[in-house]
Amino acid sequence: MGDRNAERRPAGELEAGVLAALWAADGPLSPGQVQEQLGGSLARTTVTTILSRLFEKGTVTRQRSGRGFVYVPAEDASGLTARRMHAELAKDEDRGAVLSRFVSQLSSEDERLLRALLDGEGDAP
Amino acid sequence: MIHTAWLLPLFVPFLVAPAGGRLASNLPPRQAMWLLTATAAGLAAASTCALALLIVPGATHLHAVAALGHLLTPLSSGSPDTVIAIAVAAGALLAWCAARLVCGARRRWTQLRHAGKLAAEADGELVVLPDEHPDAYALPGSPGRVVVTTGMLRALSAPEREVLIAHERAHLRERHHLFTAVVDLAGLCHPALRTLREPLAYALERSADEAAANAVGSRRLTARAIGRAALATRASSAAGRTRPGVTLSATAGPVPRRVAALLGHGTETRTTRPLARRAAVLALVACLAFSAGASLQAADDLHDGIEVAQGEAR
Repeated sequence: MGDRNAERRPAGELEAGVLAALWAADGPLSPGQVQEQLGGSLARTTVTTILSRLFEKGTVTRQRSGRGFVYVPAEDASGLTARRMHAELAKDEDRGAVLSRFVSQLSSEDERLLRALLDGEGDAP
Repeated sequence: MIHTAWLLPLFVPFLVAPAGGRLASNLPPRQAMWLLTATAAGLAAASTCALALLIVPGATHLHAVAALGHLLTPLSSGSPDTVIAIAVAAGALLAWCAARLVCGARRRWTQLRHAGKLAAEADGELVVLPDEHPDAYALPGSPGRVVVTTGMLRALSAPEREVLIAHERAHLRERHHLFTAVVDLAGLCHPALRTLREPLAYALERSADEAAANAVGSRRLTARAIGRAALATRASSAAGRTRPGVTLSATAGPVPRRVAALLGHGTETRTTRPLARRAAVLALVACLAFSAGASLQAADDLHDGIEVAQGEAR
C-alpha cells in the first residue's frame, strides 16, 4: 500500500528524496543502496529511472562499479549555485521575512523541554 | 461633527491584536493563519481609512479644498482650531504610514523577486548546500525551491528527511510568504498589528507541520524529525558555528510547542471546547466588522456634513 502511494507521487518529488539520500551518504551509492536507504518505499526500477534522470540533468555523476553504476551528487555546478544563493541571501538581514526555516533556534529551556518530549515519545508503545 | 466613534478604528487594534494572537494559538493552524491575516488586513484598512477621514473636516477650512468640494462654508464641527489640529495630526500620521507602507511593500517585493530569481537558477526542487551546519528553508519562487545543507541531511534519517522536504514543500505550495507579507505590511500601517506577526509565523509552521505529517502519514515521525533537526542545529551552533542571519531565529520557543502539538500534548487538539472557540472567533470577527462599521459611519457622517456645507437643504 505504502509502496503504491510512493510510486504515485510526482516524479519531481521522488527526485528530491533520492537526491537527499545521495547527499546524506558517505560515499557513492548503487541504485540498490539508494532503495535500501529510502526504506524500500520505491521499486528498484523507479530508483534507477530517477537516478538516470538526475544524471542526465547533471545533478549527479556516476561511475561504473561491477555490472552497474554507483552515483554521487555533483558538487561543482549545483553546489556552486547553492553556495552563491546562500551567500546572497545571507546579505539580507531581513531574509527571515521571505524564507521559512524548518526549525528556529532553541533556548536552553527549549532544549530541555524538547528532549523530555522526544524521550517520552521513545518510551511510549 | 467629529465623533469619538471616528477614532475607534485607531484604537481597536490595541485591544484586538493581542486577543487575536492568543486566540489563534487555540485554533487549527490553517484557520489561524487565515484569521490572523484577515484580522491584520482588515484592521489596517479600517485604521487607515479612519485617519484619512479625520483629515477632511479640517481640510475644508482651506479655500482650495472648499472650492473643490463646492462648499459654501467649512464643515461645521466644533472649533476650527481643534478641527484643523486634528486634521494636521491625522495627515502627518497618514503620510508617515503611507511612506512606511510604500517602502515596506517595495522592499518586500524586491526580496521576493530576488528569491524568485535565485530559485529559478536551481535546476531541481531540492537545492543542497555543502555545509556541515544543519539548516533548511523554503525559497519562494515559481517554482519555489527547498534549500537544505548536507549537515541537515546527515542529521536526519531517510523518513525524517521526507518530513523536512514535505514541510518546506507545504510552505511553498500554500504560498505562506504572502501571508507573512500581508501581516508585515499591516504592521507598518498600525503598530499594534505587529504583535500578530509572531502568532502568524507559528501558525504557518504548524500548518506546514500538519501537511508534512499528512504526507508522510505519521505525526510521531514528523515530531521526531522537527525535534532532531532542532537539536542538531543547536549542537552545531554551540560548537562555535554561527549561522547567517541569526537574528531571524531569535524567537525561541516555538519548536517544543510544535512538537508537543504533533504528539497531542498541545492546546489545539480537537477536544478543546469548540463552542468557546467558535464564540471567540465570532467575537473577533465582530470587532473587525465593528471597526469597519465605525469607518463607514464616519464616512457617512462626513458625507452628510458635506451636503450641509454645500448648502443643500436637509
